[in-house]
Amino acid sequence: MNTADDPTQNHQTATAEQALVLDDVRKVYRMGDGHEVVALDRARLSVGSDEIVALVGPSGSGKTTLCSIAGGILSATSGRVIVGGRDITDYSERQLTAFRQDMVGFVFQSVNLVPFLTARENLLVVDEMGKRTGAAARRRADQLLDELGLGDRARNLPSQLSGGQRQRVAIGRALMNEPELVLFDEPTSALDTQLGEQVMEIIRTEMKSRQTAAIVVTHDERITQYCDRTVHITDGVLEA
Amino acid sequence: MRFALRELRRRPGRFATATVILTLIAILLMFLGSLLDGLIRSSTGAIRAQDGDVLVYSDASRASLARSLIDPGVRAEIESVPGVVDTGGVGLVQLGARVPGAGERDLAAVALFGVEIPPAGVPEVPPPGQVYADEVLRSDGIAIGTELLLGPARSPVEVIGFVTDTSFIGQGALWSDAATWREVLEQNRPGARVGDEVFQALLVRGDTDADGLAASIDTATGSTESLSITDAANALPGVEEQQGTFNQIIGVTLVIAVVVIGLFFALITVERTALYGVLKALGAHTSTLFAGLVAQAAVVTLIAAVIAAGALIALDAAIPPGGLPLDVTPERIIVSTVLLLIAAIAGCAFSLRRILKIDPASAIGSGS
Ligand SMILES: Nc1ncnc2c1ncn2[C@@H]1O[C@H](COP(=O)(O)OP(=O)(O)O)[C@@H](O)[C@H]1O
Ligand SMILES: [Mg+2]
Repeated sequence: MNTADDPTQNHQTATAEQALVLDDVRKVYRMGDGHEVVALDRARLSVGSDEIVALVGPSGSGKTTLCSIAGGILSATSGRVIVGGRDITDYSERQLTAFRQDMVGFVFQSVNLVPFLTARENLLVVDEMGKRTGAAARRRADQLLDELGLGDRARNLPSQLSGGQRQRVAIGRALMNEPELVLFDEPTSALDTQLGEQVMEIIRTEMKSRQTAAIVVTHDERITQYCDRTVHITDGVLEA
Repeated sequence: MRFALRELRRRPGRFATATVILTLIAILLMFLGSLLDGLIRSSTGAIRAQDGDVLVYSDASRASLARSLIDPGVRAEIESVPGVVDTGGVGLVQLGARVPGAGERDLAAVALFGVEIPPAGVPEVPPPGQVYADEVLRSDGIAIGTELLLGPARSPVEVIGFVTDTSFIGQGALWSDAATWREVLEQNRPGARVGDEVFQALLVRGDTDADGLAASIDTATGSTESLSITDAANALPGVEEQQGTFNQIIGVTLVIAVVVIGLFFALITVERTALYGVLKALGAHTSTLFAGLVAQAAVVTLIAAVIAAGALIALDAAIPPGGLPLDVTPERIIVSTVLLLIAAIAGCAFSLRRILKIDPASAIGSGS
C-alpha cells in the first residue's frame, strides 16, 4: 500500500507488484444530444497484486465505469491503464479481447450466467471462448466448484440454483482463466445480508488463497470489512 | 461452438419454427429437383440408351429425328472417317397404340424406334414384327405377348420383352428392327416414307473421344450435325427449357431459404445481445460467436434436409409407376442439402455485422 497511492512514478518499477494502476484516468460519455457526462475524473488508483479494494460510492458515481475500464471492456477518454504490468491504454479491440481472456475476471452486477448451460458448463464456457485447454480447464472447473461448495450442483442449470449459488457460479467463472485482477460489481446487491456476507467470505478466501487482486464495488459499508482497503468515489472522483 | 450446439439440444423449441419452415423449403427443393430429374430422364432415356458414342443427324435438323435424314451415300462417307468403328441406322415414329382390352379411344403413346444396333438393355435387334417395350408401358396394360396395333393403320407388332429407362419425350419406347419401323412409318405416315437403307440418324461407335469424332464426321461430310450421346440427349426439344425453368424455381426457393434463415437468426441474435455482450466481456471473439450461430444454422438445416429426404422417399414410394415422373436420387438429395447449407451460411452472414457491433461494455454497463 505504500507506493500504491503514487502511480506517477516510473511504471516499470511501480507496476511490477501491482495488479492495477489507473493514472489520471478520465471517462466522458457523450450523449446523443451533445451533452457530456463525466463518469470518471482524473482517477488515480493502484491495487497491489494480492490486495482486495472496496470501491464504495452512491449510485451513478462511476463505480461500474471504473471496473469496465480496469477490465478492458471500456476505453478511457484519457489517462493510462496498466493491468498486471501491461499497459492496455492503447490496445486495439482484438488485443483487449485477448487481454480479457488472460488477465481479468468479471462478476457482473446482474449475474448473467448462460441460462441453458449447467453450472460446470458456465465455467467451461470461459475456456471455450478463450484458450481451449480442454482437460486442464475441466479439472480447474471441478476444483473451483468444489471450493465454492457447488460440487453437487455442477450439473444444475442456473434456473435450478438459488441466488447465492448463482453468484458463486459467477465467481467461479471469473476465476477460470486464473486472472491477475477480478472485478466484482456489486456482487452482493441481489442477496440478503447473511448470504451477502457468506459470498464475501468466499470471495476473500478465494482471492487470498490465489494471491489475486480484486476490486469489490458496493454501497454497503458492512461489506468493506472483508476488504483490505476502502476507496470512496463520488461523482467520478476517487478519495482514499 | 459447443455451447451453441448445447443450446440446440436443451432448447429445441426455440428452433422448431425455423426447422419446420426449412423442412418445407427442403421438401420443395428436393421435390422440384427430383421432378426435373424425372422429366429429363423420361425425355432422354431412348437417346441415353443408344449403345454408341455419336449420333449423326443431317444438317439443319436441329437434333430432331423427325427432321433428319441420312441416306446411304452419307453413311458411306461417315463410315470412312478415321476413328469410326461401327454404325447403325436409327429411325423413329411416334404413334398412338391400341392395347387389346383397353378402350377404343384409350391409346398408349409410344415411340417406335427402328434400330440396327440394339440399345442398352435390349439383347439383340428383334425379328420383324416384334418389339421390346419400355417398362413404363406396363402401366398401359402391356405385357409380354401383347399385340399392339400402331397408329391409324393399326400396324400390328408383338411385345417380346421389356427394357428400362428408354422413354422418349415422355413416351414409352418400342424397339424394333429397321424394316418394321420403315413399314409402320409408311403405313401410318405415307408422306414421311423413306427409301430402303435411308435412316433418320446414324449411331456411330468410335475408338476416339466422342466430341472429336463428331467434329471430324461433320468436317468429312459437310452435311451432317453430329453430337455425342450426352449432347444429343440434352439437345432434345424441351430439355434445356425444362432445366432452365426448374433451375430458376429452385434458385428462387434458395433465395427464400436465405431470407428465412437470415431473418430467423437475425432475430435470435437480437435476443442474444446481452448474452453475447457477456461472452465478449469474458474474452469471446466475434468469430467464435458467429461460428456458433453458423453451427446452429447448419444443424437446423441438416435436420430439415434429413426429414425432407425421408418425406420425399416416402412420397416416391407412394406414387404409382407411370404417375408423376419423380426421380429421387442420392445425388439430388445431397446437392439440395449442400445448396441449403450454403443458403444457411449466407443467411447467417446478415447477422455478422450485428454480432460484431455488440459492445462487451453492455454486459457490465447497464446491469441494473
Ligand atoms: N453508456 C453510458 N452512456 C452514457 N452515460 C453513462 C453510460 N454508462 C454510465 N453512464 C453515466 O456515467 C455515470 C456513472 O455511471 P456508472 O459507472 O454506471 O455508475 P455506478 O456504477 O456507480 O452506478 C452515471 O451518471 C451514468 O449515468
Ligand atoms: Mg454500477
